[in-house]
Amino acid sequence: MANRCAVIGVGQTRHDSERTDLSMPGLVREAALRALEDAGLTWSDIDAVVMGKAPDMFEGVVNPGLFLAGALGATGLPFLRVHTAGSVGGSTGVVASQLIRAGVHRRVLAVAWEKQSESNAMWALSQRYPFQPPVSAGAGGYFAPLVRAYIRRSGAPEHVGWMVAVKDRLNGLKNPYAHLKIPDISLEKVRKSPMLWEPIRYLETCPSSDGACAIILGAEDTVDAAPNPAAWVHATAMRSEPLIFAGRDQVNPQAGQDCAAALYKKAGVTDPRRQIDAAELYVPFSWFEPMWLENLGLAERGEGWKLVDSGATALDGELPVNPSGGVMCSNPIGASGLLRFAEAALQVRGMAGEHQVDGAKLAMGHAYGGGSQFFAAWLVGSEKP
Amino acid sequence: MSDRNVAIVGYAGLPVVGAGADPALMVQAVVSRLFEESSLPRDRIGFVCSGSRDYDFGQPFSFISALDGVGAWPPVAESHVEMDGAWALYEAWVKLLTGDIDAALVYAFGCSSRGDLDAVETLQLDPYTLSPLGIRPAGLAALQARALIDAGRYTEADFARVAARGTDLTAEALLEADYVASPLRAHDRAPRTDGAVAVLLAAGDLAREVCERPAWIRGIDHRIEVHAPGFRDLTVAPSIAEAGRRARGNLPQPDLAEIQAPWSHQAFLIRDALALEDGTAINPSGRVLARDIPMAAGLSRIGEAAARLTRGDADTAMAHATMGPCLQQNLVAYLQAGES
Repeated sequence: MANRCAVIGVGQTRHDSERTDLSMPGLVREAALRALEDAGLTWSDIDAVVMGKAPDMFEGVVNPGLFLAGALGATGLPFLRVHTAGSVGGSTGVVASQLIRAGVHRRVLAVAWEKQSESNAMWALSQRYPFQPPVSAGAGGYFAPLVRAYIRRSGAPEHVGWMVAVKDRLNGLKNPYAHLKIPDISLEKVRKSPMLWEPIRYLETCPSSDGACAIILGAEDTVDAAPNPAAWVHATAMRSEPLIFAGRDQVNPQAGQDCAAALYKKAGVTDPRRQIDAAELYVPFSWFEPMWLENLGLAERGEGWKLVDSGATALDGELPVNPSGGVMCSNPIGASGLLRFAEAALQVRGMAGEHQVDGAKLAMGHAYGGGSQFFAAWLVGSEKP
Repeated sequence: MSDRNVAIVGYAGLPVVGAGADPALMVQAVVSRLFEESSLPRDRIGFVCSGSRDYDFGQPFSFISALDGVGAWPPVAESHVEMDGAWALYEAWVKLLTGDIDAALVYAFGCSSRGDLDAVETLQLDPYTLSPLGIRPAGLAALQARALIDAGRYTEADFARVAARGTDLTAEALLEADYVASPLRAHDRAPRTDGAVAVLLAAGDLAREVCERPAWIRGIDHRIEVHAPGFRDLTVAPSIAEAGRRARGNLPQPDLAEIQAPWSHQAFLIRDALALEDGTAINPSGRVLARDIPMAAGLSRIGEAAARLTRGDADTAMAHATMGPCLQQNLVAYLQAGES
């Protein structure tokens, strides 16, 4: 029987398109220091550091953990660098939690970050390789056909994507760390924004952000000493599938379905839509909200868009999705997954501030990456599992 | 700590692969061989973890195409470290300790033929203070070798003896060569190649079921040092010493050690930090400088050590993996064959 594990500290940077006020060490340290403060700890209390980020080409530094280890207080400690594409922030949280569950460590600092302004992610994503399909249009060009396929399958009306964009931007206004702040956001404004990759309009996309997120995971015996409430890790799951083969459904990937099913089973959740009080899902383009709702079993097949259309995923809805504003408001790619995990933890700790979901007791964090093929998720709760 | 026992029950390495190696093809070949040689059924694998470095392949997600080579269908529980595969093995070991799974597949793949690895490794230095100086890996390694000589610990002839071992050349002959970066010569560096290696891990009864002599992981630990070479005493390797102490605990001097020394002088630093005595055979798998597959060399040290225990060549072994300039980050495992 594995040990219990809880989130006892959360920190994140203010996310912005260019944090020119901070170096890379400064960026990760801003998040880590806030997490330590939240947990009432100092650097010497940390047993190990797990760092995640997306491809090193996004900053142009190879294995940046090597030079960041000092800034993260890891000198003399075990240090792991996780890289699982866009899902990496989630994977970082999962790997760190396993170090606690296995009883290897008592307190682990997990940090995930991206400083997109150092380089050009679109360039990094658009390299061409022999025998592989080009992704010349970056992430939007890759994912737009999947969105079109979803719309064709489900018959969803086009305003559903706009609704998600408006809802997430309104939520982001309540989040002091969010990058995009668009106070006059409206369906009309989204509808009139330029078409980037049909059917994805400019205001239906995530920004490119500099930012970092840190969490401190502790064993059960560290929780009582923590000054703030803990978020208990009820379950974690990761699933991956290959990028290319004929039988793959990229719109509703099997790996995502399996990841969610494994997660709910481990946590004893039988009716996720009703039992989960808030969900932070990795939604880089508006339409991925209804797509993931179905993929993760939070809505029936073909019904995800109806849940959005009914307002159920709004902050005051039956299943609030991305109360923080989500990836649509801040996208420091490598950190985006850990931000979902961290925001889920803040909800069940009752520490989400203006975007707090009333009485949230069980919350889900989710991340995906690659060509919709890597998935990481966790369920955290206010009660001990 | 969990009382679960975890063992290495299979290892496969690819022979040196020619130029232009493709991640998926290399991984498919090595993983297929691993399962052909093992009685562990594929469907018992509860976790897959790999190590690689994107820049070696000049692409942002080299592990994605590698996963195509594993045949991850139906979907698998899987993760990847942008590190040597030795750290992927560590992550899998942790996962096994949680009790969630009973067996794991670990693989690593690397490539030296697609680009200029020295340029890549210059980019792993501090981008604000060190990388812009353009200092190449040989330059940093030479600083470390020079520090050892200046401290009166070792000589160029000692380095040459490491390089000459297992070849038909003499140390004296090697010393005739020009410097690459004084005091180091071309022969002081392990040749870099393309390649892939894979390891199977299993816990408890399953390990005993699928392997007559599992190589039990009796201890494993890894540590990182501060990055800036100027902040470090390059004549010692405290992260290796600390990881070695924690991995070995009170266990006896190992019969053999498989160490990853990218440069000849580092063989001495590693041996000293691990407190290895003369009775321990160092790198019986071949020369210390036999070859260096980026991000797979460390996992191959662990795999080679385990394979020797499983074959019955020895009962105990230590294995070492390293990353970063001047042995900045290190992992050490202590393996033991027989009952556990």
